[in-house]
Amino acid sequence: MNTEIIGIIVMFTLSILLAIPFGKYIAKVYGGEKTLLDPIFNPIERIFFKISGINPQIEMNWKQQMIAMLTINMVWFLLGMVILMTQGSLPFNPDKNPSMSADLAFNTVISFVVNCNLQHYSGESGLSYLGQYWLMFLQFVSAGTGMAAAVILFRAFRDKTTDTLGNFYNYFVKSCTRILLPLSFVMAIFLAFDGVPMTFEGKDTITTLQGDSVEVSRGPAAAFVPIKHVGTNGGGFFGVNSAHPFENPSYLSNIVEMVAQLIVPLGMIFAFGYFIKRRRFSWMIFGVMTVGFLMLAIPNINMEMNGNPAIASMGIDNSLGGMEGKEMRFGAAASGFWSIVTTVISTGSVNSMHDSSMALSGMNELLAMMINAFYGGCGVGLLNFFIFIILAVFISGLMVGRTPEFFGKKVEAKEMKIAMIIALLHPFLILVGAALTTAFPEHGALTLNNPGFHGFSEILYEYTSSAANNGSGFEGLGDNNLWWNITTGFILILGRFLPIIGPVAIAGLLAQKKYIPEGDGTLKTDTSTFGLMVFAVIAIVAALSFFPSLALGPIAEYFSLN
Amino acid sequence: MKKHILPAIKLTLVMILFFTVIYPSAVWGIAQFAPNSGKGEIIEHNGNKHYVNIGQSFTEDKYFWSRPSAVGYNAAGSGGSNKGPSNEEYLAEVKTRIDTFLIHNPGIDKAEIPVDLVTASGSGLDPNFSVQAAKVQVKRIAKIRGIDEAKLNQLIDDQTEKPLWGMFGPEKINVLKLNIALDALK
Repeated sequence: MNTEIIGIIVMFTLSILLAIPFGKYIAKVYGGEKTLLDPIFNPIERIFFKISGINPQIEMNWKQQMIAMLTINMVWFLLGMVILMTQGSLPFNPDKNPSMSADLAFNTVISFVVNCNLQHYSGESGLSYLGQYWLMFLQFVSAGTGMAAAVILFRAFRDKTTDTLGNFYNYFVKSCTRILLPLSFVMAIFLAFDGVPMTFEGKDTITTLQGDSVEVSRGPAAAFVPIKHVGTNGGGFFGVNSAHPFENPSYLSNIVEMVAQLIVPLGMIFAFGYFIKRRRFSWMIFGVMTVGFLMLAIPNINMEMNGNPAIASMGIDNSLGGMEGKEMRFGAAASGFWSIVTTVISTGSVNSMHDSSMALSGMNELLAMMINAFYGGCGVGLLNFFIFIILAVFISGLMVGRTPEFFGKKVEAKEMKIAMIIALLHPFLILVGAALTTAFPEHGALTLNNPGFHGFSEILYEYTSSAANNGSGFEGLGDNNLWWNITTGFILILGRFLPIIGPVAIAGLLAQKKYIPEGDGTLKTDTSTFGLMVFAVIAIVAALSFFPSLALGPIAEYFSLN
Repeated sequence: MKKHILPAIKLTLVMILFFTVIYPSAVWGIAQFAPNSGKGEIIEHNGNKHYVNIGQSFTEDKYFWSRPSAVGYNAAGSGGSNKGPSNEEYLAEVKTRIDTFLIHNPGIDKAEIPVDLVTASGSGLDPNFSVQAAKVQVKRIAKIRGIDEAKLNQLIDDQTEKPLWGMFGPEKINVLKLNIALDALK
């Protein structure tokens, strides 16, 4: 078999094999059980909590947890605005990069606070090393925030009937120190030895073999790149992200970065099962997600390996596939695979330029973000998927004429209203944003890099990526201006916090209800039948809301090419 | 919300210290043992230094040409063309590249030109190209440099980097290393 295909199979299998034991470890961390790393992190966390005057043992209800989350996020936002708007005159700026404009800083800070990392700047020219470090900090804490929110869900289904669901600060800090940091540290060391720079010196000037003089940007990238993947953030140190040879220097580093972005989202699925002692339920979730993931990934690998028919018709040797926007060290197959991993998981880092993907590959990348629940980002993937579970429970209940129940809790009108609002919010943000921008050519059409159907896809992609908190882009778009910075900024906020608060609220409400023991009539939620039901709900919600817009963009482009 | 503000600020400050000072300093310390002390792998050649992983522009006929680049291989920045597959202007540009290549490489059949040699990479700094991209340029270089074609083919074989552990990923050649070795060939 082709070495490019074997490479992908190994990457994916390895991720799953590592994620299962890692999920067990995550469950232990959140359950407060003993782990190997206790001797290191117990004292460190004690210092954290002592200085900040927080008692991590105090139990909070879901509302208190959400308030704590929003408050600390607000602190990061304000501090971030100050840092990015003054970085030009602060230290650690060897390349003398300027401070950010207010609208760009607004977009950038929000984008990193919400774990999206849409980047309307290029790292080489847009940030000082201090600015980069601040964003690295946000990559840790934004991932920790998402994971802490998911633990509230864990708690809601472990305890039978309860008001209090743990302590936000406790889960948040432990996510950062015990889960994200160890993975990042090991990976940083690997990357430094594989050729990713870790230096505070600025640009270097060299003379090429042909005698031209060029500059080479460097920086402390080896510490930055791991958390970008482990925390499913995706914001690159350099402008082109993991396509840059300093950010992803080899096929081996590509495997490591791929596994790194899969391991926490996959691990969280298994951790859920270990934590609530329903491991079959985890496998149901994993099954549905994996089927959906493969249905997007396999066609992409195939289409990228076949390449551009318009170039094939010119009569050259097209056997390497669609190489525009791709790196030779990864090849078309691993680039096509990455393009779906990064969009289903809300990482948004890229190792090839998605703008130059084949037409229907672009559609699959869009669909992955429109669904936004196959694996998904750190913690939030599970929260998004939970909404679809609730919808499926409700519909199944109606079909058999029983009160819908989930894990012994009645799902009633209030929970359903929240679930519906959250499910419809996502298409609403994407489609309204894209429609408005298309309606004003001075904001939309003029900023595009490609004409026709593909141009519309660029607009659609930017809003989809914002609403899904993904952060990848059809990067040809000229997006550093007032309109794009502000509109996507607001969509980022809504697309982050409502889909966290909604599912947490449902979990909190269900946790307060009386527990009804399971009987013969109870809907079994850990079976493949129920998995199919969830899948159908996802497919219908996504297909019905998004098909018309996809038909105008990538689908139309595909037919125009053939 | 009020009672959370002060703890939130304090927790943020202590975590900044931990995640942006202690963590990266530890990585930096260990990176001092990495190749070129973590400043990027380099090759010294004729008194000049070159970054192994950062591609260079090769346009002269006596060198193996590198892939097209949207940023002209200036690593001060990075970038791809971001052209969509159906963009007419882009397709015309690819055609021009093919024609230019054929003019500089007489006797080569169009069907021998591999796609990576006429398309720009994602970073604009791709240090590699495919084996076929090297082979298709042998005739031209042999003529200009007066070197035997067999010798050049041998050079290409020597410079070919096999898939990772012989199993994973594509074969490729580092263009810079290939051209340095080419200059050394007499």
